[in-house]
Amino acid sequence: MDEAADRVQDVEVSLLLEGVHQVYGYDFRDYADASIRRRLAHWLAESPFETLSQAQSQLLRDPQLFVSLLRGITVNVTEMFRDPPFFKTLRDQVVPFLKTYPFVKIWHAGCATGEEAYSLAIVLNEEGMAGRYRMYATDIDEAVIATAAEGVLRLSEMQKYTRNYQKSGGRASFADYYTARYDRAILAAELKSAVVFAPHNLTADAEFGEMHLVLCRNVMIYFKPALKERCLALFDASLAGGGFLCLGMKESLERRALATGYEELVPNMRIYRKRYV
Amino acid sequence: MSEVGLVTVGVSSGGLQALKLLLGSLPADFPLPLLIVQHLAPESGDGMARLLADCCAIRVKEADELERALPGSAYLAPANYHLLVQRDGLMTLATDGYVSFARPSIDVLFESAALALGPAVIGVVLTGANSDGARGLAAIKAAGGVAIVQDPADAEASAMPAAALAATAPDYLLPLAEIAATLQRLAQRGRGARHV
Ligand SMILES: C[S@@+](CC[C@H](N)C(=O)[O-])C[C@H]1O[C@@H](n2cnc3c(N)ncnc32)[C@H](O)[C@@H]1O
Repeated sequence: MDEAADRVQDVEVSLLLEGVHQVYGYDFRDYADASIRRRLAHWLAESPFETLSQAQSQLLRDPQLFVSLLRGITVNVTEMFRDPPFFKTLRDQVVPFLKTYPFVKIWHAGCATGEEAYSLAIVLNEEGMAGRYRMYATDIDEAVIATAAEGVLRLSEMQKYTRNYQKSGGRASFADYYTARYDRAILAAELKSAVVFAPHNLTADAEFGEMHLVLCRNVMIYFKPALKERCLALFDASLAGGGFLCLGMKESLERRALATGYEELVPNMRIYRKRYV
Repeated sequence: MSEVGLVTVGVSSGGLQALKLLLGSLPADFPLPLLIVQHLAPESGDGMARLLADCCAIRVKEADELERALPGSAYLAPANYHLLVQRDGLMTLATDGYVSFARPSIDVLFESAALALGPAVIGVVLTGANSDGARGLAAIKAAGGVAIVQDPADAEASAMPAAALAATAPDYLLPLAEIAATLQRLAQRGRGARHV
């Protein structure tokens, strides 16, 4: 592969993403290159097309083909209590602050199929906050939002989730939170009652008002720096003074525009508290 | 376009010993960055990177999101994250599901390097008991890069180098002890540099 061929591939990727944005409204133009290129290459290899420009003409006309591309380039992987130490810190060091409010509002951006939202609901309920919070769990992908709202997980994951739950400081038995039915685990209604699942697109939509806690983990890791900044500004506009912003374990506010307005609660847990102005 | 050249390394069981020898044999001024996927349990910390840092002349650390890969430095993928590299030499992390039964996955690193930097990439598959890295090494070769495989007979676990051999014809099939010297020769000759 020489440099000219490299350049052609760059052009093909950006033309395709531009076309997809204009025709279908999905904006991947500011997503990090490395991941999207790898995923496009895999999709292309499975498709009947030789090049992305060849695929483009049909992609822009055939919504079904576009859906296959969309499924190929989006990443919805999640799990319950991913990073147990994070959930432990949330439980031990953030919830005590949240409990000082009569009612708490939470925005969970990029919730995928909802496992993190339900994990958080378990923590809040166990810490005595049931009935005192509402969580808005959002994602760009309406298919995962529908799955999330059902609250049904694969039974085969329960062993791993039970371990994660215990390591995160769980106070009860994880089995209390679901009913097994065939190969599915149906989550308890008490976990769903305070969670509202809704579509929201971080590249285009507006902020949520007066939140006390915003979680957005492993979503901006797929974005270019400019889009990361846009999201962070959105979260900042959504958070009340003294509110908390939680990022993924490998994301940080370092070198980001709003770093000075926040203080890190515990080193390496990626939990930041917004300063009062 | 930048002139980054890059060594990518995939290793699994037997990795600590293998990396000690490989990285420990490179001089502090080794002219290329090394990006490494060592299979790890999901909750491992950066203990391995620290251990290696203590016994190597080159710098060794866990890769951070959007960190620039520098010459004379080796970067390990963090546990539970895929490591990818961009055309501009910045590294990125991803939480995609398991690829080739692994996260971090060698295939993901190798494919991203092949896509981003094509002929400027040297891929190295070392000891391991699975077949991650085979598809990625083939992608590196197909993009004009250099493929190095540890001789399965020399590897603590032979399955991974054997799978790599089955997937692609390597440019070098070597015992571990000779790989560092080969990397230095290649780096000096400008293989692994963008403009050859
Ligand atoms: C890797 S998942 C992270 C899930 C979960 N937060 C976790 O850490 O386990 C990334 C999610 O971000 C969503 N996403 C991607 N682009 C988005 C956008 N522009 N707006 C909102 N959500 C987006 C994807 O649909 C996907 O569900």
